[in-house]
Amino acid sequence: MGKLFAAAVTVIALVSAGIFLSRVWWLPPDFTTLGKDIDGQLVETMIFTGVLFVAAQLALATFVWQSTSRTAAIRVFPGGPMPLVATASVIVGLEILSLVFVGTKVWSKIFLAPAEANALHIDVQAGQFAFYFRYPGPDGKFGVPHPDKIDEGNSNFFGLDPQNDTAARDDIVSASLVVPVDQPVLLTMHSKDVGHSLYIPQLRLQQDFVPGLVIPVHFTATGVTKTEIVCTQLCGLGHYNMKAYLEVLSRQDYDKWLAAQAGQ
Amino acid sequence: MKIATSVALCALATLALAPSAHHTAGGTVTGKVTFTGTPPKMKPIDMAKEPSCAKAHTIPVMNESVVTGAGNSLGNVVVYISAGAPAGAPPATAATFDQKNCQYLPHVLAMEAGQKLEIKNDDQTSHNIHPLAKVNAEWNKSQPPGSPPIEATYDKPEFIPVKCNVHPWMHGYFAVLNTSHSKVTGDDGEYSLSGLPPGKYTVTAWHERFGTQSQEVTITGTETAKLDFVLKATEY
Repeated sequence: MGKLFAAAVTVIALVSAGIFLSRVWWLPPDFTTLGKDIDGQLVETMIFTGVLFVAAQLALATFVWQSTSRTAAIRVFPGGPMPLVATASVIVGLEILSLVFVGTKVWSKIFLAPAEANALHIDVQAGQFAFYFRYPGPDGKFGVPHPDKIDEGNSNFFGLDPQNDTAARDDIVSASLVVPVDQPVLLTMHSKDVGHSLYIPQLRLQQDFVPGLVIPVHFTATGVTKTEIVCTQLCGLGHYNMKAYLEVLSRQDYDKWLAAQAGQ
Repeated sequence: MKIATSVALCALATLALAPSAHHTAGGTVTGKVTFTGTPPKMKPIDMAKEPSCAKAHTIPVMNESVVTGAGNSLGNVVVYISAGAPAGAPPATAATFDQKNCQYLPHVLAMEAGQKLEIKNDDQTSHNIHPLAKVNAEWNKSQPPGSPPIEATYDKPEFIPVKCNVHPWMHGYFAVLNTSHSKVTGDDGEYSLSGLPPGKYTVTAWHERFGTQSQEVTITGTETAKLDFVLKATEY
Protein backbone atom coordinates (compact mmCIF):
# COMPACT_ATOMS: atom_id res chain seq x y z
CA MET A 1 0.00 0.00 0.00
CA GLY A 2 2.79 2.38 0.94
CA LYS A 3 4.68 1.56 -2.24
CA LEU A 4 1.55 2.21 -4.31
CA PHE A 5 1.18 5.60 -2.62
CA ALA A 6 4.83 6.42 -3.30
CA ALA A 7 4.40 5.49 -6.95
CA ALA A 8 1.20 7.58 -7.24
CA VAL A 9 2.90 10.62 -5.71
CA THR A 10 5.81 10.27 -8.14
CA VAL A 11 3.53 9.95 -11.16
CA ILE A 12 1.35 12.92 -10.12
CA ALA A 13 4.41 15.13 -9.50
CA LEU A 14 6.06 14.25 -12.80
CA VAL A 15 2.86 14.58 -14.89
CA SER A 16 2.10 17.98 -13.29
CA ALA A 17 5.63 19.17 -14.06
CA GLY A 18 5.34 17.77 -17.59
CA ILE A 19 2.14 19.74 -18.26
CA PHE A 20 3.96 22.97 -17.41
CA LEU A 21 7.13 22.02 -19.26
CA SER A 22 5.24 21.21 -22.45
CA ARG A 23 3.14 24.41 -22.05
CA VAL A 24 -0.18 22.67 -22.53
CA TRP A 25 -2.06 25.49 -20.84
CA TRP A 26 -0.21 28.71 -21.38
CA LEU A 27 -1.04 32.38 -21.58
CA PRO A 28 -2.23 33.86 -24.91
CA PRO A 29 0.45 35.72 -26.90
CA ASP A 30 1.17 39.09 -25.36
CA PHE A 31 0.66 42.46 -27.04
CA THR A 32 2.52 44.68 -24.66
CA THR A 33 5.99 46.09 -24.16
CA LEU A 34 6.11 44.60 -20.69
CA GLY A 35 4.98 41.17 -21.90
CA LYS A 36 8.49 39.70 -22.10
CA ASP A 37 9.40 40.88 -18.61
CA ILE A 38 6.17 39.64 -17.05
CA ASP A 39 6.29 36.29 -18.81
CA GLY A 40 9.98 35.98 -17.89
CA GLN A 41 9.10 36.61 -14.30
CA LEU A 42 6.31 34.03 -14.47
CA VAL A 43 8.70 31.45 -15.92
CA GLU A 44 11.32 32.19 -13.23
CA THR A 45 8.72 31.75 -10.50
CA MET A 46 7.48 28.62 -12.17
CA ILE A 47 10.99 27.09 -12.33
CA PHE A 48 11.78 28.13 -8.77
CA THR A 49 8.59 26.70 -7.30
CA GLY A 50 8.48 23.83 -9.78
CA VAL A 51 11.92 22.47 -8.82
CA LEU A 52 11.03 22.68 -5.14
CA PHE A 53 7.65 21.05 -5.77
CA VAL A 54 9.10 18.11 -7.70
CA ALA A 55 11.98 17.70 -5.24
CA ALA A 56 9.62 17.72 -2.25
CA GLN A 57 7.22 15.22 -3.83
CA LEU A 58 10.05 12.87 -4.86
CA ALA A 59 11.56 13.09 -1.37
CA LEU A 60 8.17 12.26 0.10
CA ALA A 61 7.80 9.29 -2.24
CA THR A 62 11.33 8.05 -1.43
CA PHE A 63 10.77 8.16 2.32
CA VAL A 64 7.42 6.43 2.05
CA TRP A 65 8.95 3.72 -0.17
CA GLN A 66 11.83 3.16 2.26
CA SER A 67 9.63 3.11 5.34
CA THR A 68 7.54 0.26 3.93
CA SER A 69 10.55 -1.95 3.14
CA ARG A 70 11.84 -2.15 6.69
CA THR A 71 10.83 -1.24 10.21
CA ALA A 72 12.79 1.97 10.32
CA ALA A 73 13.26 3.88 13.54
CA ILE A 74 11.96 7.45 13.36
CA ARG A 75 15.02 9.62 13.36
CA VAL A 76 15.08 12.97 15.13
CA PHE A 77 16.31 16.26 13.68
CA PRO A 78 19.63 17.18 15.35
CA GLY A 79 18.83 19.26 18.43
CA GLY A 80 15.06 18.48 18.55
CA PRO A 81 11.96 20.33 17.34
CA MET A 82 13.12 23.93 17.99
CA PRO A 83 16.09 23.84 15.57
CA LEU A 84 13.83 22.01 13.09
CA VAL A 85 11.23 24.83 13.09
CA ALA A 86 13.94 27.49 13.00
CA THR A 87 15.75 25.86 10.07
CA ALA A 88 12.51 25.39 8.13
CA SER A 89 11.50 29.04 8.75
CA VAL A 90 14.87 30.31 7.54
CA ILE A 91 14.78 28.17 4.40
CA VAL A 92 11.17 29.11 3.51
CA GLY A 93 11.86 32.76 4.40
CA LEU A 94 14.89 32.85 2.10
CA GLU A 95 12.86 31.27 -0.66
CA ILE A 96 10.06 33.84 -0.40
CA LEU A 97 12.45 36.77 -0.02
CA SER A 98 14.39 35.78 -3.10
CA LEU A 99 11.14 35.50 -5.09
CA VAL A 100 10.16 38.99 -3.92
CA PHE A 101 13.56 40.47 -4.83
CA VAL A 102 13.57 38.89 -8.25
CA GLY A 103 9.96 39.88 -8.91
CA THR A 104 10.18 43.47 -7.68
CA LYS A 105 12.01 44.62 -10.77
CA VAL A 106 9.10 43.87 -13.10
CA TRP A 107 6.47 44.86 -10.57
CA SER A 108 8.04 48.28 -10.10
CA LYS A 109 8.08 48.85 -13.87
CA ILE A 110 4.30 48.47 -13.82
CA PHE A 111 3.25 50.00 -10.54
CA LEU A 112 6.06 52.28 -9.33
CA ALA A 113 7.30 53.86 -12.56
CA PRO A 114 5.07 56.70 -13.74
CA ALA A 115 3.49 56.57 -17.17
CA GLU A 116 5.45 58.12 -20.04
CA ALA A 117 5.00 61.87 -20.39
CA ASN A 118 3.30 61.51 -23.78
CA ALA A 119 0.87 58.83 -22.53
CA LEU A 120 -2.69 58.95 -23.79
CA HIS A 121 -4.85 59.46 -20.72
CA ILE A 122 -8.09 57.46 -20.59
CA ASP A 123 -10.44 57.52 -17.63
CA VAL A 124 -12.00 54.13 -16.83
CA GLN A 125 -15.13 53.64 -14.80
CA ALA A 126 -16.38 50.26 -13.67
CA GLY A 127 -19.96 49.87 -12.53
CA GLN A 128 -22.46 47.07 -12.25
CA PHE A 129 -22.14 45.59 -14.91
CA ALA A 130 -20.15 47.40 -17.56
CA PHE A 131 -16.94 49.30 -18.16
CA TYR A 132 -16.96 52.77 -19.66
CA PHE A 133 -13.93 54.58 -21.06
CA ARG A 134 -13.65 58.35 -21.26
CA TYR A 135 -11.39 60.35 -23.55
CA PRO A 136 -10.81 64.08 -22.95
CA GLY A 137 -12.05 65.15 -26.40
CA PRO A 138 -10.62 67.87 -28.64
CA ASP A 139 -9.92 70.28 -25.75
CA GLY A 140 -7.63 67.73 -24.09
CA LYS A 141 -9.32 68.27 -20.74
CA PHE A 142 -11.56 65.97 -18.74
CA GLY A 143 -14.77 67.33 -17.27
CA VAL A 144 -15.14 66.86 -13.54
CA PRO A 145 -17.28 63.84 -12.66
CA HIS A 146 -20.10 64.28 -10.13
CA PRO A 147 -21.38 60.95 -8.81
CA ASP A 148 -24.77 62.52 -8.01
CA LYS A 149 -25.22 63.45 -11.67
CA ILE A 150 -24.73 59.91 -12.98
CA ASP A 151 -27.73 59.25 -15.20
CA GLU A 152 -27.32 56.10 -17.24
CA GLY A 153 -30.69 56.48 -18.95
CA ASN A 154 -29.40 59.66 -20.53
CA SER A 155 -25.99 58.13 -21.32
CA ASN A 156 -24.34 60.23 -18.61
CA PHE A 157 -22.34 57.33 -17.23
CA PHE A 158 -19.64 59.47 -15.59
CA GLY A 159 -21.93 62.08 -14.00
CA LEU A 160 -20.67 64.98 -16.08
CA ASP A 161 -22.18 68.44 -15.84
CA PRO A 162 -22.01 69.84 -19.38
CA GLN A 163 -24.37 72.67 -18.45
CA ASN A 164 -21.84 74.31 -16.12
CA ASP A 165 -18.60 72.53 -16.99
CA THR A 166 -17.38 73.43 -20.48
CA ALA A 167 -14.52 70.90 -20.32
CA ALA A 168 -17.11 68.12 -19.97
CA ARG A 169 -18.99 68.98 -23.15
CA ASP A 170 -16.60 67.33 -25.59
CA ASP A 171 -15.62 64.36 -23.44
CA ILE A 172 -15.92 61.16 -25.43
CA VAL A 173 -17.40 58.15 -23.64
CA SER A 174 -16.99 54.73 -25.20
CA ALA A 175 -18.00 51.24 -24.13
CA SER A 176 -14.83 49.85 -25.74
CA LEU A 177 -11.24 50.65 -24.88
CA VAL A 178 -9.76 51.81 -28.16
CA VAL A 179 -6.06 52.71 -28.27
CA PRO A 180 -3.47 53.31 -30.97
CA VAL A 181 -0.68 50.76 -31.39
CA ASP A 182 2.74 51.57 -29.87
CA GLN A 183 1.26 54.46 -27.90
CA PRO A 184 1.83 54.61 -24.14
CA VAL A 185 -1.56 54.66 -22.44
CA LEU A 186 -2.39 55.76 -18.91
CA LEU A 187 -5.63 54.48 -17.39
CA THR A 188 -7.08 56.09 -14.30
CA MET A 189 -9.40 53.51 -12.85
CA HIS A 190 -12.30 54.17 -10.53
CA SER A 191 -15.45 52.37 -9.53
CA LYS A 192 -18.98 53.73 -9.43
CA ASP A 193 -20.23 51.19 -6.92
CA VAL A 194 -18.45 48.06 -5.69
CA GLY A 195 -15.10 46.37 -6.26
CA HIS A 196 -14.37 45.25 -9.82
CA SER A 197 -11.27 44.14 -11.67
CA LEU A 198 -9.90 44.95 -15.09
CA TYR A 199 -8.30 41.89 -16.66
CA ILE A 200 -6.75 41.95 -20.11
CA PRO A 201 -4.74 38.72 -20.48
CA GLN A 202 -3.07 39.80 -23.73
CA LEU A 203 -1.74 42.92 -22.00
CA ARG A 204 -0.79 40.87 -18.92
CA LEU A 205 -2.77 43.49 -17.04
CA GLN A 206 -4.97 42.77 -14.07
CA GLN A 207 -5.88 45.49 -11.62
CA ASP A 208 -8.68 45.77 -9.11
CA PHE A 209 -11.01 48.75 -8.92
CA VAL A 210 -11.38 49.86 -5.32
CA PRO A 211 -14.38 52.07 -4.55
CA GLY A 212 -13.16 55.50 -3.48
CA LEU A 213 -9.71 55.21 -5.05
CA VAL A 214 -8.40 56.39 -8.39
CA ILE A 215 -5.83 53.81 -9.44
CA PRO A 216 -3.40 54.55 -12.28
CA VAL A 217 -2.02 51.81 -14.53
CA HIS A 218 -0.16 52.15 -17.80
CA PHE A 219 0.73 49.99 -20.77
CA THR A 220 1.84 50.18 -24.37
CA ALA A 221 0.14 47.81 -26.79
CA THR A 222 2.49 46.51 -29.47
CA GLY A 223 0.18 44.90 -32.00
CA VAL A 224 -3.11 45.56 -33.74
CA THR A 225 -5.61 43.29 -32.04
CA LYS A 226 -9.08 42.99 -30.59
CA THR A 227 -9.45 41.18 -27.33
CA GLU A 228 -11.79 40.81 -24.42
CA ILE A 229 -11.64 42.77 -21.18
CA VAL A 230 -13.32 40.95 -18.33
CA CYS A 231 -14.19 41.74 -14.76
CA THR A 232 -12.40 39.28 -12.49
CA GLN A 233 -13.78 40.40 -9.16
CA LEU A 234 -17.18 38.94 -8.26
CA CYS A 235 -19.26 42.11 -8.27
CA GLY A 236 -22.87 40.89 -8.16
CA LEU A 237 -25.64 39.31 -10.15
CA GLY A 238 -24.45 40.39 -13.60
CA HIS A 239 -20.74 39.76 -13.00
CA TYR A 240 -20.68 36.99 -15.60
CA ASN A 241 -21.78 39.52 -18.17
CA MET A 242 -19.39 42.34 -17.25
CA LYS A 243 -17.00 42.65 -20.10
CA ALA A 244 -15.80 45.01 -22.79
CA TYR A 245 -13.41 44.94 -25.71
CA LEU A 246 -9.92 46.31 -26.16
CA GLU A 247 -9.24 47.39 -29.70
CA VAL A 248 -5.70 48.25 -30.63
CA LEU A 249 -5.79 50.16 -33.92
CA SER A 250 -3.21 51.62 -36.24
CA ARG A 251 -2.65 55.33 -35.70
CA GLN A 252 -4.73 56.25 -38.78
CA ASP A 253 -7.64 53.99 -37.79
CA TYR A 254 -7.53 55.32 -34.27
CA ASP A 255 -7.64 58.92 -35.45
CA LYS A 256 -10.56 58.05 -37.69
CA TRP A 257 -12.38 56.36 -34.83
CA LEU A 258 -11.74 59.28 -32.49
CA ALA A 259 -12.99 61.81 -35.06
CA ALA A 260 -16.16 59.77 -35.57
CA GLN A 261 -16.72 59.61 -31.80
CA ALA A 262 -16.17 63.34 -31.40
CA GLY A 263 -18.76 64.02 -34.10
CA GLN A 264 -21.49 62.11 -32.29
CA MET B 1 -87.95 47.26 -38.20
CA LYS B 2 -86.77 50.47 -39.84
CA ILE B 3 -85.88 51.98 -36.49
CA ALA B 4 -84.02 48.83 -35.45
CA THR B 5 -81.96 48.87 -38.66
CA SER B 6 -80.99 52.51 -38.28
CA VAL B 7 -80.04 51.99 -34.65
CA ALA B 8 -77.86 49.05 -35.68
CA LEU B 9 -76.30 51.07 -38.49
CA CYS B 10 -75.64 53.96 -36.12
CA ALA B 11 -73.97 51.63 -33.66
CA LEU B 12 -71.83 50.12 -36.42
CA ALA B 13 -70.84 53.54 -37.68
CA THR B 14 -69.88 54.64 -34.18
CA LEU B 15 -67.79 51.54 -33.69
CA ALA B 16 -66.05 52.02 -37.00
CA LEU B 17 -65.33 55.70 -36.32
CA ALA B 18 -64.14 55.31 -32.77
CA PRO B 19 -60.33 55.21 -32.87
CA SER B 20 -60.12 53.24 -29.66
CA ALA B 21 -62.29 50.20 -29.25
CA HIS B 22 -62.02 50.48 -25.51
CA HIS B 23 -63.84 53.77 -25.18
CA THR B 24 -67.43 54.43 -26.07
CA ALA B 25 -68.47 57.31 -28.27
CA GLY B 26 -68.00 60.85 -27.05
CA GLY B 27 -65.79 63.85 -27.56
CA THR B 28 -62.18 63.73 -28.62
CA VAL B 29 -59.17 65.80 -27.69
CA THR B 30 -56.46 65.81 -30.27
CA GLY B 31 -53.32 67.78 -30.91
CA LYS B 32 -49.60 67.79 -31.27
CA VAL B 33 -46.71 68.08 -28.86
CA THR B 34 -43.80 70.20 -29.97
CA PHE B 35 -40.82 71.81 -28.27
CA THR B 36 -39.06 75.15 -28.26
CA GLY B 37 -35.39 75.67 -27.57
CA THR B 38 -32.48 73.35 -28.27
CA PRO B 39 -32.91 69.69 -27.41
CA PRO B 40 -29.88 67.71 -26.26
CA LYS B 41 -27.98 65.73 -28.84
CA MET B 42 -28.77 62.04 -28.43
CA LYS B 43 -25.82 59.69 -28.54
CA PRO B 44 -25.63 56.27 -30.16
CA ILE B 45 -25.57 53.33 -27.77
CA ASP B 46 -22.58 50.99 -27.87
CA MET B 47 -23.80 47.46 -27.16
CA ALA B 48 -20.43 45.80 -27.82
CA LYS B 49 -20.48 43.99 -24.51
CA GLU B 50 -23.62 42.11 -25.56
CA PRO B 51 -22.71 40.75 -29.01
CA SER B 52 -26.12 39.11 -29.62
CA CYS B 53 -27.75 42.55 -29.32
CA ALA B 54 -25.00 44.50 -31.07
CA LYS B 55 -25.33 42.19 -34.09
CA ALA B 56 -29.08 42.79 -34.29
CA HIS B 57 -28.64 46.50 -34.96
CA THR B 58 -27.19 47.45 -38.30
CA ILE B 59 -27.74 51.14 -37.65
CA PRO B 60 -26.59 52.27 -34.19
CA VAL B 61 -29.44 52.67 -31.73
CA MET B 62 -29.81 56.16 -30.38
CA ASN B 63 -30.67 57.03 -26.81
CA GLU B 64 -34.46 57.45 -26.76
CA SER B 65 -34.95 59.93 -23.97
CA VAL B 66 -35.47 62.73 -26.51
CA VAL B 67 -37.08 61.69 -29.79
CA THR B 68 -37.97 64.47 -32.19
CA GLY B 69 -39.53 64.70 -35.62
CA ALA B 70 -40.19 67.21 -38.36
CA GLY B 71 -41.43 70.63 -37.26
CA ASN B 72 -40.04 70.28 -33.73
CA SER B 73 -42.50 67.52 -32.89
CA LEU B 74 -41.70 65.58 -29.75
CA GLY B 75 -42.06 61.86 -29.23
CA ASN B 76 -42.27 59.74 -26.07
CA VAL B 77 -44.59 62.27 -24.42
CA VAL B 78 -47.40 60.83 -22.33
CA VAL B 79 -50.58 62.85 -22.93
CA TYR B 80 -53.36 61.88 -20.57
CA ILE B 81 -56.49 63.07 -18.78
CA SER B 82 -55.17 64.00 -15.35
CA ALA B 83 -58.48 65.28 -13.93
CA GLY B 84 -62.14 64.80 -14.80
CA ALA B 85 -61.74 61.39 -16.41
CA PRO B 86 -64.75 59.14 -16.11
CA ALA B 87 -64.18 56.40 -13.57
CA GLY B 88 -64.14 52.81 -14.73
CA ALA B 89 -62.42 49.52 -14.30
CA PRO B 90 -58.90 49.35 -15.77
CA PRO B 91 -58.62 47.73 -19.21
CA ALA B 92 -58.75 43.94 -19.14
CA THR B 93 -55.91 43.64 -21.65
CA ALA B 94 -52.39 43.67 -20.26
CA ALA B 95 -49.93 46.44 -21.03
CA THR B 96 -46.93 44.79 -22.71
CA PHE B 97 -43.33 45.79 -22.21
CA ASP B 98 -40.83 43.98 -24.36
CA GLN B 99 -37.09 43.59 -24.02
CA LYS B 100 -35.78 43.08 -27.51
CA ASN B 101 -32.26 43.50 -28.83
CA CYS B 102 -31.34 45.08 -25.50
CA GLN B 103 -33.88 47.85 -25.87
CA TYR B 104 -37.16 48.52 -24.13
CA LEU B 105 -40.14 48.47 -26.47
CA PRO B 106 -41.79 50.84 -25.99
CA HIS B 107 -39.45 53.30 -24.30
CA VAL B 108 -42.40 54.75 -22.39
CA LEU B 109 -45.33 52.49 -21.52
CA ALA B 110 -48.57 54.05 -20.30
CA MET B 111 -50.96 51.95 -18.25
CA GLU B 112 -53.79 52.46 -15.84
CA ALA B 113 -53.30 51.80 -12.14
CA GLY B 114 -54.49 48.26 -11.49
CA GLN B 115 -54.01 47.17 -15.09
CA LYS B 116 -52.00 44.03 -15.64
CA LEU B 117 -48.45 44.55 -16.87
CA GLU B 118 -46.61 41.88 -18.83
CA ILE B 119 -42.85 42.03 -19.31
CA LYS B 120 -41.31 39.84 -21.99
CA ASN B 121 -37.72 38.94 -22.76
CA ASP B 122 -37.20 38.30 -26.47
CA ASP B 123 -33.41 38.28 -26.21
CA GLN B 124 -30.84 35.52 -26.05
CA THR B 125 -29.40 37.11 -22.94
CA SER B 126 -30.60 37.56 -19.38
CA HIS B 127 -32.12 40.84 -18.34
CA ASN B 128 -32.78 42.12 -14.87
CA ILE B 129 -35.70 44.47 -14.96
CA HIS B 130 -35.67 47.04 -12.21
CA PRO B 131 -38.50 49.60 -12.07
CA LEU B 132 -37.37 52.28 -9.59
CA ALA B 133 -40.77 52.83 -8.01
CA LYS B 134 -41.05 55.22 -5.05
CA VAL B 135 -44.80 55.35 -4.42
CA ASN B 136 -45.49 51.76 -5.40
CA ALA B 137 -43.40 48.85 -4.15
CA GLU B 138 -39.95 48.59 -5.73
CA TRP B 139 -38.69 45.25 -7.04
CA ASN B 140 -36.19 43.85 -9.50
CA LYS B 141 -36.41 40.52 -11.24
CA SER B 142 -34.06 38.47 -13.36
CA GLN B 143 -35.42 37.16 -16.60
CA PRO B 144 -33.22 34.61 -18.38
CA PRO B 145 -33.78 33.94 -22.09
CA GLY B 146 -36.87 31.90 -22.77
CA SER B 147 -38.54 32.63 -19.45
CA PRO B 148 -42.28 33.27 -19.36
CA PRO B 149 -43.41 36.90 -19.15
CA ILE B 150 -43.15 38.56 -15.75
CA GLU B 151 -46.55 39.76 -14.57
CA ALA B 152 -46.98 42.73 -12.30
CA THR B 153 -49.52 45.37 -11.34
CA TYR B 154 -49.04 48.89 -10.03
CA ASP B 155 -51.87 50.20 -7.87
CA LYS B 156 -50.92 53.85 -7.48
CA PRO B 157 -50.31 56.43 -10.20
CA GLU B 158 -46.61 57.13 -10.65
CA PHE B 159 -44.01 57.76 -13.34
CA ILE B 160 -41.52 54.97 -12.73
CA PRO B 161 -38.06 54.97 -14.31
CA VAL B 162 -37.14 51.45 -15.43
CA LYS B 163 -33.62 50.15 -15.82
CA CYS B 164 -31.88 46.88 -16.54
CA ASN B 165 -29.38 45.93 -13.88
CA VAL B 166 -27.27 44.06 -16.42
CA HIS B 167 -27.26 46.49 -19.35
CA PRO B 168 -26.73 50.05 -18.11
CA TRP B 169 -27.94 51.67 -21.33
CA MET B 170 -31.40 50.08 -21.10
CA HIS B 171 -33.74 52.66 -19.74
CA GLY B 172 -37.45 53.37 -19.99
CA TYR B 173 -40.50 54.53 -18.10
CA PHE B 174 -43.74 53.10 -16.81
CA ALA B 175 -46.41 55.80 -16.75
CA VAL B 176 -48.96 54.47 -14.26
CA LEU B 177 -51.98 56.73 -14.61
CA ASN B 178 -55.38 57.13 -13.01
CA THR B 179 -56.97 56.83 -16.40
CA SER B 180 -57.00 54.70 -19.48
CA HIS B 181 -57.35 57.88 -21.58
CA SER B 182 -53.72 58.28 -22.48
CA LYS B 183 -51.43 58.21 -25.47
CA VAL B 184 -47.67 58.14 -25.85
CA THR B 185 -46.68 60.26 -28.83
CA GLY B 186 -44.58 58.95 -31.68
CA ASP B 187 -41.94 61.15 -33.28
CA ASP B 188 -44.74 63.04 -35.09
CA GLY B 189 -45.82 64.34 -31.66
CA GLU B 190 -49.48 63.65 -32.36
CA TYR B 191 -52.02 62.31 -29.93
CA SER B 192 -55.74 61.73 -29.76
CA LEU B 193 -57.84 60.92 -26.71
CA SER B 194 -61.30 59.78 -27.65
CA GLY B 195 -64.47 58.57 -26.00
CA LEU B 196 -64.73 61.46 -23.57
CA PRO B 197 -68.26 62.08 -22.22
CA PRO B 198 -69.30 65.76 -21.86
CA GLY B 199 -67.43 67.46 -19.05
CA LYS B 200 -64.43 69.53 -18.05
CA TYR B 201 -61.04 67.86 -18.32
CA THR B 202 -57.46 68.60 -17.48
CA VAL B 203 -55.11 67.22 -20.11
CA THR B 204 -51.48 66.81 -19.11
CA ALA B 205 -48.43 66.18 -21.24
CA TRP B 206 -45.42 64.59 -19.51
CA HIS B 207 -41.92 64.21 -20.85
CA GLU B 208 -39.08 62.53 -18.97
CA ARG B 209 -36.70 65.45 -19.49
CA PHE B 210 -38.79 68.46 -20.35
CA GLY B 211 -41.34 68.19 -17.54
CA THR B 212 -45.11 68.45 -17.56
CA GLN B 213 -47.67 70.88 -18.86
CA SER B 214 -51.43 70.91 -18.28
CA GLN B 215 -54.35 72.54 -20.06
CA GLU B 216 -58.08 72.49 -19.52
CA VAL B 217 -60.69 71.60 -22.07
CA THR B 218 -64.47 71.32 -22.00
CA ILE B 219 -66.29 68.71 -24.06
CA THR B 220 -70.00 69.31 -24.65
CA GLY B 221 -70.89 66.54 -27.09
CA THR B 222 -69.10 64.49 -29.70
CA GLU B 223 -66.89 67.31 -30.98
CA THR B 224 -63.13 67.15 -31.45
CA ALA B 225 -61.25 69.72 -29.41
CA LYS B 226 -57.76 70.73 -30.46
CA LEU B 227 -55.13 71.11 -27.78
CA ASP B 228 -51.46 71.52 -28.61
CA PHE B 229 -48.59 71.41 -26.14
CA VAL B 230 -45.29 73.21 -26.44
CA LEU B 231 -42.63 71.96 -24.03
CA LYS B 232 -39.44 73.82 -23.32
CA ALA B 233 -36.38 71.84 -24.35
CA THR B 234 -33.11 72.21 -22.50
CA GLU B 235 -29.83 71.21 -24.09
CA TYR B 236 -28.23 69.87 -20.90
